[in-house]
Amino acid sequence: MDQKTSIKVTSEKLDLQDCTSFVEDESCGGIVTFIGTVRNATENRTVTLLDFSGYETMAVKEMQKIADKALQKFPIYKIAIHHAVGKLKIGEIPVIIAVSSAHRKASFEACEFAIDTLKETVPIWKKEHFEDGEVWVNSHP
Amino acid sequence: MNINILFFGITSDFVGKSKVSYTINQKSTVKNLKKEITNLYPNLSNIKEFAIAVNEEYAHDDLILNDGDVVAIIPPVSGG
Repeated sequence: MDQKTSIKVTSEKLDLQDCTSFVEDESCGGIVTFIGTVRNATENRTVTLLDFSGYETMAVKEMQKIADKALQKFPIYKIAIHHAVGKLKIGEIPVIIAVSSAHRKASFEACEFAIDTLKETVPIWKKEHFEDGEVWVNSHP
Repeated sequence: MNINILFFGITSDFVGKSKVSYTINQKSTVKNLKKEITNLYPNLSNIKEFAIAVNEEYAHDDLILNDGDVVAIIPPVSGG
């Protein structure tokens, strides 16, 4: 059977073309992609880099659950969820989600569902590095 | 019985390592374990919460642990 999901956690550079090629199909009227990029500041502090680490085997399982849920919940054709780990500089890409469907609405909705859920459940953490220190994101009251 | 505990994110900084082997009573629950490790590593209470995964699945407080389980301490995630 044709794979409907592509899940990856990698220390290599993410490839947008990989994700869109995986989801594209003649039956689809569109592809929606979300590309997460490293922003240069947090609350006016200059960020120098983000260091992502993960519980990689579990992260893959949780990402697979999100992809399977998206396929159940929305009339989409395929979904790819790829996440990078390691040190990423400003503008580099920690996450790509690509979704295809016959009609665009399903892909938009599924893509938003996937990134929102990923940020809640997938065991990956980022440490923000500033010019004068570093902070684990979300970890302080 | 023995379990392995993995620490991720800020909790690995608190504990100073990413993995420990730990001896716990038979039939201990996730809730028991949370209490024990927070006593053992008091700075874990500096974060508002942490989840526990057992053998790579999120676990409820009442789950009973088994010998050889791999338990992960999961502070609030921040991927994406």
